[in-house]
Amino acid sequence: MKVSGKVFKYGDNVDTDVIIPARYLTSADPEHLKEHCMEDIDDTFRERVKPGDIMVAGKNFGCGSSREHAPVAIKASGISLIIASDFARIFYRNSINVGLPILECPEAAEKICEGDEIEADFDTGIITDKTTGESFQAKAFPEFIKNIMASGGLVGYTESGLKSQGF
Amino acid sequence: MPMTMTQKILADHAGLESVAPGDLIEAKLDYVMGNDVTTPPAIKVFRQLGVKDVFDKDRVLMIQDHFTPNKDIKSAELNKTMRCFAREQEITHYYELGRREMGIEHVILPDNGIVLPGDLVIGADSHTCTYGALGAFSTGVGSTDLACAMARGVTWFKVPEAIKINLKGVFKKFVTGKDLILSIIGMIGVDGALYKSLEFDGEGIKALSMDGRLTVCNMAIECGAKNGIFPVDNYTLKYISRTNPERFIKSDYKVYAADEDAEYSQVIDIDLNDIDLTVALPHLPSNTRKASECGDMKIDQVVIGSCTNGRLEDIGAAATILKGLKVHKDVRCIVIPGSQKVYRQALENGWLQIFDDAGCVISTPTCGPCLGGHMGVLAKGERCVSTTNRNFVGRMGDTESEVILSGVPVAASSAVLGRVGTPDEL
Ligand code: SF4
Repeated sequence: MKVSGKVFKYGDNVDTDVIIPARYLTSADPEHLKEHCMEDIDDTFRERVKPGDIMVAGKNFGCGSSREHAPVAIKASGISLIIASDFARIFYRNSINVGLPILECPEAAEKICEGDEIEADFDTGIITDKTTGESFQAKAFPEFIKNIMASGGLVGYTESGLKSQGF
Repeated sequence: MPMTMTQKILADHAGLESVAPGDLIEAKLDYVMGNDVTTPPAIKVFRQLGVKDVFDKDRVLMIQDHFTPNKDIKSAELNKTMRCFAREQEITHYYELGRREMGIEHVILPDNGIVLPGDLVIGADSHTCTYGALGAFSTGVGSTDLACAMARGVTWFKVPEAIKINLKGVFKKFVTGKDLILSIIGMIGVDGALYKSLEFDGEGIKALSMDGRLTVCNMAIECGAKNGIFPVDNYTLKYISRTNPERFIKSDYKVYAADEDAEYSQVIDIDLNDIDLTVALPHLPSNTRKASECGDMKIDQVVIGSCTNGRLEDIGAAATILKGLKVHKDVRCIVIPGSQKVYRQALENGWLQIFDDAGCVISTPTCGPCLGGHMGVLAKGERCVSTTNRNFVGRMGDTESEVILSGVPVAASSAVLGRVGTPDEL
């Protein structure tokens, strides 16, 4: 599977409080959350983002709280992929669980610039910057994540687990 | 194969002889917890799964603390969703506001004797890592994980590597676990322990009370760690003999110890004598400084409370410092006992009177201002010294407000001084 889009670039340690501030957590509706996504660090994000666009950021993306509202808000905004040097672990887990694709690639995170047009192939882990012509190799998904994805996310995976336990 | 404490707990709960870092395992959960923000979305997923009942009504915990007593209609709806579900499922550990068992999740789970050594706990809240202080493995997850765990009582984990923090010596006066963990985060950075466990060891752990250890493990997540964990010693046993005498007498808990030759990706030696009163300046918990080197940083508000520093020892330390003093005329000082039990004890000890005399606000137990929810949200340009755990942009209010993290002695002193300061200056 391939995605392509324009890049929104952010720095290190983008935390869940700026992705979706706690004051908006009184609803978990994706339509409500996307209205406020990133507003505390980028108040024009909401107007500029288009379906398929890609976020690129530095180290420790998604650090902070366990709020699943963060990947949900990003996904609802239309973002098709996040590339970062690395992710905070709960955010990583939540993204997989809600079906928001993420790739770890320090080199791409460093070299890709705001506004570049890029393409990524989830099967090979290859990221291509169409603006500069450079390409990068991201870590492919580990096996267990592929399994969860194959069941359509954690919900599907758990459903099959429940069935095999005879529920 | 030699294992760390964390690895042993995970292996046992997965029914395996041993595990190694990077292994993917499915483990049985002793407790699964959610709060008023994370549980409602989990309930939606739970319904989607088509399961009728939670796996064990005694082992699924639902705590309302973030926006309670409800700050607005939407948060009231969130709580109603959780309350109705808890009643339907006859959840044992769901408490109404004001009841003696009630309070902030990470304060009450240890203090009500629910979590004991050797337990494996997940919670849909990042600070679930707090219970490692008791020699348990606990970590934060999101709402979908919570839903699936409520249904099956199992979840998957990637077995983490560990960083060992070897402690020796004793603290200087007024220095606490908060200063220790802030110093560690300052040293290794907010991603210094990403995906790893922080395992504490060494004779220096004796210098940390149980409340202090809970504070330390609470903030393990602020350096990216999966969990923080302390070995079980006499302090732990004494603590659980008080919080859960029944299970203590029956030895209904399990003590795990790291193997002598367990492997660590890094070992950090710390002499507690070298730790100073420490603050983290905006906007990262790793932006640490000595509290005595902050110059003339004027403040508008002080918050003493939260799952980091809202325990009995913390509220007591604040009372000791504020006794007979007045909060600075330009400062609001908000004291929030972390649980109803702490509140009651503070009442009996005469501490609430001390706070009232000093001119503090005394709040019912709640997360409140810690996440910028209510009970002390900051306006543009305002600055707060807070005993909470995060000082990200906009965490306590306006994106142009500032939060400085500290332990209780610095926070209480700053309330009196009207600027960031230490007890020596009072
Ligand atoms: S007190 Fe703060 S950090 Fe702790 S659970 Fe509540 S909101 Fe989270």
